[in-house]
Amino acid sequence: MVKQGSDKNENVIYGEWHVRYKYSVGKVAGKFFDGLKQKKILATYCDKCKLSFLPPRAYCERSFEPCSGWIEAGLEGVIEAATIVTAEFENLPKPPYAIAYVRLDGVSTAMINFVRGLDLSDVKSAAERLEPGTRVRVEFKDNPEGRITDFHYVLPTP
Amino acid sequence: MPKNRVAVIGVGETVFKNNIVDKTYVELAQQAAKAALDDAGLTPDDIDAVVFSMAPTQFMGVNDVDKWAVDLVWASGKPFMRVHTGGATGGSALHAGYAHVASGMYRTVLVVGADRVTETPDAQHVLNLIWDLFYEHDFALNTVTMTALATQRYMHRYGTTEEQFARVVVRSRKNALKNPYAHLKGNITVDDVMKSPRMSWPYKLFDICPRSAGAAAVVLANEEVTKSHCSRPAFINGIGGRTSTVFMGDRVGPFADAELSDEAEFVSAGKEAYAQSGITNPMKEIQVVELYDPFSSTQFPQLESLGFCERGQAQNLSDEGAFEMGALLSVNPSGGTLCSNPIGVTGLVRVADAALQVMGKAGEGQVAGVQNALSTAIGGSVQFVNCTILGADYI
Repeated sequence: MVKQGSDKNENVIYGEWHVRYKYSVGKVAGKFFDGLKQKKILATYCDKCKLSFLPPRAYCERSFEPCSGWIEAGLEGVIEAATIVTAEFENLPKPPYAIAYVRLDGVSTAMINFVRGLDLSDVKSAAERLEPGTRVRVEFKDNPEGRITDFHYVLPTP
Repeated sequence: MPKNRVAVIGVGETVFKNNIVDKTYVELAQQAAKAALDDAGLTPDDIDAVVFSMAPTQFMGVNDVDKWAVDLVWASGKPFMRVHTGGATGGSALHAGYAHVASGMYRTVLVVGADRVTETPDAQHVLNLIWDLFYEHDFALNTVTMTALATQRYMHRYGTTEEQFARVVVRSRKNALKNPYAHLKGNITVDDVMKSPRMSWPYKLFDICPRSAGAAAVVLANEEVTKSHCSRPAFINGIGGRTSTVFMGDRVGPFADAELSDEAEFVSAGKEAYAQSGITNPMKEIQVVELYDPFSSTQFPQLESLGFCERGQAQNLSDEGAFEMGALLSVNPSGGTLCSNPIGVTGLVRVADAALQVMGKAGEGQVAGVQNALSTAIGGSVQFVNCTILGADYI
């Protein structure tokens, strides 16, 4: 849809896009989201490569064979990469917030989520608490809905 | 191996800036196409095929804009294709054009594109939409935050400081003073970078490239056309490209097959390009690199993965001045992506600026005695990488 108009100083035409979607979840993600409703994080694994995947995959991307089955990931893990966002980006959460790739116990790959409950007022000292290698645990919402936002990471209570 | 030799015989760039209001998107692309054709001494009729370099079109706001550009870049009646690998697009488009000439299919190919990243105020929202809705989209990933994550990991592995990244910005802006096309330029200090607003740890505003509008084009030709039209071409002696999973979480930790923070896909891409071009010691044999570096932290891992130095050493060489213009290795004499980032053509600008150095046409920013130059591009979730080796002589 294009709305015509003009800016005071520039000769421009204004436009906006509004597009709606319905994304099919499929079997693999469907099983993962069902697991979240029970406060479980389910990963797929490949017997041949001895690798386990989060997010779960139908196929092992190393052996190119179907994954052998499912395992329940540990609800604790280790930070592999983290950042603290202090800038406001269009259509993204209001800063500040922390995000991290965390490799959960028993899983070969890391999955991103928010790290909550950390004082972010001093960015540099907060960043020091999110160094790769730091252990974190998963905290679920009280009433999970089967979405990736059902959980987040928290630092262990000192 | 290629059947035919390929050279860059013409280069065209527009100025890169926040916005260019006196032209539409397609007129910008045309301006670069005309400049490249003029530089090559060719007319549109001399071009056999056109490759269009364009990444997401949501920035400039016309869906699949390549169709609008066809007539203006003189592709009507010719084979035409658009190439899109995110930020790596310009490098991938160049490789597609190269393959067309190297295969013997066409004598000449025009590779051209344009971008206008500031046409929308929602650029980082658009970039967030490249992640899947199931697992990653909700966590505020965009180009800034995704590379901040990799940079935090790089700093942890190699002990890099924020000041060491700031020195890259200072050098880039200084180099850009000699590039009439560059968007950001000037004499700034490490302190200026450190005092700029914090964005996403460890990035401050000055660690991050601008959103630019502008266009670029190169003319590629086979040996016969090159001989008759160009006395000092830039020969494409090697190309390498690698692709990796969208999931950055697969590329961290002990089970990763290519380490995210090292941009490790460049190891095998570089080896392939070096083997084609007969380069065994990059630091000795290559004089100029034009690296795809939208962030202050993007240069070091690339230089290490491409074999210019050991892991963790690029920061020390940078501190010692080894990457200044005319020093051990001239890194981004144009000012690089940190100073101008028209995303859909940035990889092509890297090739164009590297070619200008080999052709002796880089003006005030010319480095003396350039025998070999290397350009790179990176796209997606740091998942598409490619590199190109340009030489003063055929290998």
